[in-house]
Amino acid sequence: MNNGSGMVERRGSGLWLTHLGLVVGILFIFFPIWLAFVASTVAHREIVQPPMPLLPCNEFFDNYSLALTSGINAPVARMLFNSGVMAIGIAVGKILISLLSAFAIVYFRFPGRKLFFWLIFLTLMLPVEVRIVPTFEVAANLKMLNSYSGLILPLVASATATFLFRQFFLTVPDELAEAARVDGAKPMRFFVDILLPMSRTNIAALFVILFIYGWNQYLWPLLITTDPDMNTIVMGLKQMFPSGDEIANWPVIMATSILAMVPPVIVVIGMQKLFIRGLIESEK
Amino acid sequence: MATVALENLKKSFGQNEVIHGVSVDIEEGEFIVIVGPSGCGKSTLLRMVAGLETVTSGIVRISGRSVNDDEPMDRDIAMVFQNYALYPHMSVFDNMAYGLKIAKVPHIEINERVSNTARLLQLEEFLKRKPRELSGGQRQRVAMGRAIVRKPSVFLFDEPLSNLDAKLRVQMRLEIKALQRDLGVTSLYVTHDQVEAMTLADRMVVMNNGFADQIGKPLDVYANPQTVFVAGFIGSPPTNFLDASQFAAGPAGGTIGIRPEHIRLSAKGRLEAWVTSTEPLGADTLVHLRVAGGSLVTVRQDASAAIPPEGTSFCLDWNESDTLFFNAEGKRIDAASG
Repeated sequence: MNNGSGMVERRGSGLWLTHLGLVVGILFIFFPIWLAFVASTVAHREIVQPPMPLLPCNEFFDNYSLALTSGINAPVARMLFNSGVMAIGIAVGKILISLLSAFAIVYFRFPGRKLFFWLIFLTLMLPVEVRIVPTFEVAANLKMLNSYSGLILPLVASATATFLFRQFFLTVPDELAEAARVDGAKPMRFFVDILLPMSRTNIAALFVILFIYGWNQYLWPLLITTDPDMNTIVMGLKQMFPSGDEIANWPVIMATSILAMVPPVIVVIGMQKLFIRGLIESEK
Repeated sequence: MATVALENLKKSFGQNEVIHGVSVDIEEGEFIVIVGPSGCGKSTLLRMVAGLETVTSGIVRISGRSVNDDEPMDRDIAMVFQNYALYPHMSVFDNMAYGLKIAKVPHIEINERVSNTARLLQLEEFLKRKPRELSGGQRQRVAMGRAIVRKPSVFLFDEPLSNLDAKLRVQMRLEIKALQRDLGVTSLYVTHDQVEAMTLADRMVVMNNGFADQIGKPLDVYANPQTVFVAGFIGSPPTNFLDASQFAAGPAGGTIGIRPEHIRLSAKGRLEAWVTSTEPLGADTLVHLRVAGGSLVTVRQDASAAIPPEGTSFCLDWNESDTLFFNAEGKRIDAASG
């Protein structure tokens, strides 16, 4: 009995130690974000006067409403909206296109099937930056500068997602497709009724990754948009930084940074639930 | 209810012909079992009837109409797959209703047909569950239900019981047989298990390397196998084969076959043999013996007979009428054939 309770105690203290380690780690990572948040709630003069305060002050509403409505170059609300459209457009577009192309590659025998697969696969090795000049040329010729289609369409093809869905579709037993055929489902019906619902875990995971990928795009929006009204939040943030002798309004910049972080965090947390539910449910 | 006719069906994958011309006429309501070892082409044959494989040459007729170019859904068939192929994200109800929904059957009728089928298969309490929440036997029932609910004129079964444990398999076998008799739907059933074939079939088709070696009623096939392959495949333990040259009546270069239950161990007989091992099974005992030529012979003797110790020497004897004669090509040649 002594031995038993000793074991429990040791386990208990081990548990506490583990948690202590985790808490310290979280504090360490969270500290800069906390500082940014504090900086977004103070008046400008308090920031330039050391020491920097460690607790939020009372300028929160002033700074955030200033950022959202007017910002420095363009209102942050507008930039958040632009980023949102772009990130959702890229994520949804990439998922749709790669689902369809993976479906074609796995379930249909057409001439050049292998060739197309390898062509898609090869583009994996070309990041956006490598093909950015020709892509810009094409986008400019199609009059897509300063438009949402210009922000979204060139980034919408995804070899990675196609490959991922291809691998997933290959694990779906052939009998399922055959059973659907015997049940009278035409190919697109099978795709919508059976493959799509079966892929929802993968779709959720990809949506998180691709949303953040779209949200964090910097170089491409920088090239394709010149109108401040079309700026995305990530490039807008960079443009707020002072150049030369300008005086930066740091509290507003910090408020903008915090605002820029919120949508990806919401997506990650929101999708996490779906993600875990999907993982439990899709146990085959 | 429909007749099914296979007319000289052939199937090639590229240059490789896997089915070399199979012809079967299936009557209305008949239960046909296609049996054979793996790789003999039995599943391919079934899939050609289903429309999941194209026909290289020959004709598949359902109710007299050639369906060679029809999609599976237009053939009025339903299929039960080996791994059940249930849609994992749909409830049992939706799995059974899916085909009807596609066929645009009215909702009320779908509900009625699914619940009737569920009652028939004792699945009523599981209708809301997902396939993963069911046991193997229950999944098997759902797969059957999905086929029954569509009221097809032909059922196709592709090794439906091979994923179940032995006890459940026997139980489901009886249920399938009873269901088929009640519904009276023409059925084709593929299996590698000769016991399943013997017990389920009205007639069976024994496949070997892409040929239908023999088609007939199970007991006829058992009593009168037409080839060495059929004699060896149907029946457990299999028929004993001996080189025919040691017997006066035997054909040159051929073999004779005797079922294990037809051989007697006696003091004098046709052939001397030594016991190598015995397997008491309760109701009967299998005695394995080695004959002078080196080949092994199995004898099934009643449990009431004494189990002979290893090394004992016996003479094997059997009735002339129980002997099966095969020529060098493995074809049956004695009078009883035909």
